[in-house]
Amino acid sequence: MQKVISKCKTEYESKTKLSKEVKHMNDVAVTVNGLRKIYGDSTAVDGISFEVKRGEIFGLLGPNGAGKTTALECLEGLRRTDGGRMRILETDPERETRKLRNLIGVQLQTSGLPESMRVDEAMRFFSAYHGVEPRYDLLERLGIKEKMSAQYRTLSTGQQRRLSLALAATHNPPVLILDEPTAGLDVASRVELHELMSELQSRGTTILLATHDMAEAEKMANRVAILLRGKIVATGTPRELTAAGEGLTKVSVRAEDSSLSDPGLTFPAVKQQTSKEGYAVYYSADIGPTVSAIIAYIQSKGDRLIDLRVERPSLEERFLEITTSGGLR
Amino acid sequence: MTAFVNHFSFEFRTGIREKTLLLMNYLFPLGFYFMVSLFMGQLNPYFHETMLPGMIVFTIITATILGLPNPLVSARESGIYRSYKINGVPAMSILTIPALSTMIHVIIAAIIITATAPIFFGATLPVNWPTFVLIVLVTAFVCAGFGVLIGVISKNTRVTILWSQLIFLPSMMLGGIMVPNNILPPILSKISMLLPATYATNALQGLSFNRDVSFSSSWSLAILLASGILAFVLASYLFSWDSRNTTRRGHSLMALLVLAPFIIGMVLL
Repeated sequence: MQKVISKCKTEYESKTKLSKEVKHMNDVAVTVNGLRKIYGDSTAVDGISFEVKRGEIFGLLGPNGAGKTTALECLEGLRRTDGGRMRILETDPERETRKLRNLIGVQLQTSGLPESMRVDEAMRFFSAYHGVEPRYDLLERLGIKEKMSAQYRTLSTGQQRRLSLALAATHNPPVLILDEPTAGLDVASRVELHELMSELQSRGTTILLATHDMAEAEKMANRVAILLRGKIVATGTPRELTAAGEGLTKVSVRAEDSSLSDPGLTFPAVKQQTSKEGYAVYYSADIGPTVSAIIAYIQSKGDRLIDLRVERPSLEERFLEITTSGGLR
Repeated sequence: MTAFVNHFSFEFRTGIREKTLLLMNYLFPLGFYFMVSLFMGQLNPYFHETMLPGMIVFTIITATILGLPNPLVSARESGIYRSYKINGVPAMSILTIPALSTMIHVIIAAIIITATAPIFFGATLPVNWPTFVLIVLVTAFVCAGFGVLIGVISKNTRVTILWSQLIFLPSMMLGGIMVPNNILPPILSKISMLLPATYATNALQGLSFNRDVSFSSSWSLAILLASGILAFVLASYLFSWDSRNTTRRGHSLMALLVLAPFIIGMVLL
């Protein structure tokens, strides 16, 4: 009896595990496992592994030459890998290139369009190769519909980037790969593009985003991986990454009288302090005790709090911390 | 089919829209034709007899050998092919559609020359029109193949110019365009048999104008066709999506195999 129960239990656990695995597999849009790419003596991508879930915006961050573009090009089927395994929606980008074409939309870092191609021609050209109707609505959405008859060479950098994104999204691919999508864009275009990315994500599109722009990654990405010299040195949500660092939270306080002006004054968890433009500025390793103590101190001195600002360490600070330390942290 | 039509339509318009291509497809060959016909007609009383084959072959090699390779190299170097690959544009379309659109431009220019040369310069017209049309089409096909092959193997536009001029300049001097092949010294006549222009003018003179030629015109046509097919096969084999891609299947010097039919012709004819 005990043996039967044990067998049933094992079968149940096995089925449950399998079911979890299947569910997990279906939730994953992009899998990269031990990817390697070597150019001569130089290892551009050195055994990186990550997963991107369906509907997620995944940021690939790193300094120039870190291997972001090479990794993306392997996923796009443009480069032969020297090791590892990749899957985009269970499709092998190296072997099933034909199938891959309709699964991904790619905005390359470089132009990728003939100089004399007009905007409407580009839309018709790429739509036809994907077997879909041209999406002129995307051109309108991205504010380049009035440039329909303009040649690619006459477009501004921002317009070229927006056209490139429209073309990448024209066949409504489940996975979008964007390599530096906002490089060279003005603030308004950047906001517009971020809105479009959010809209696409809300419709279930998975976005793999390579960027130098930490603010963009922090704002847009659900999770990020930081690449350094071909290796992933940190991965997680932007919040997790910043929390894992040694970055101190900045607390700027202004009181009505001079209760905070004593240079010898200290508060719990404060590692550094300074003053700037009438504010006492504290860098705290543990924000809770510091803020409580500051408020209590001001009240105890009969002073009045005018302003208190808390600035969390940014992803950029964490990124710099990781990259300048050679990824050892 | 829609993709092919869109792609062809774009490439054809590019042949007029791009100043360099407009120059190579129409302005330079037609300008050269008018200028040379004006002067050579006065210098050489027999020029009107060889004018049509010479000028048409000149038009074809200008558009295909000089004009066609550079855009292919530039497109590859600027990452346009990478974008094409990602979006499912087949390599075959990248190679054949520009060749086809250039052939159409060349045929338009050839029609202009054929229509105007007898009126303005008293050029002799072909006696056998079907073979004339056939040979012009085959020559355009062959030279387009050479143009595509040069575009595929050239690492950059400077190398393209080198390869193109290696065919273009000798063709001008030895290929029967300006000077009939049968009046060349024997050694130069033999060397000229490494050039597609020699076989094209020979086939046109022999089969379309029924003139005496120094070697078989039918074999000229066969050799031309063989080298054209070989050029496209080699271009397809050696094609790479971008210069950083290390997966090219063969060394670029393999392209010299395209001369094999001409070497056979040089030995046997």
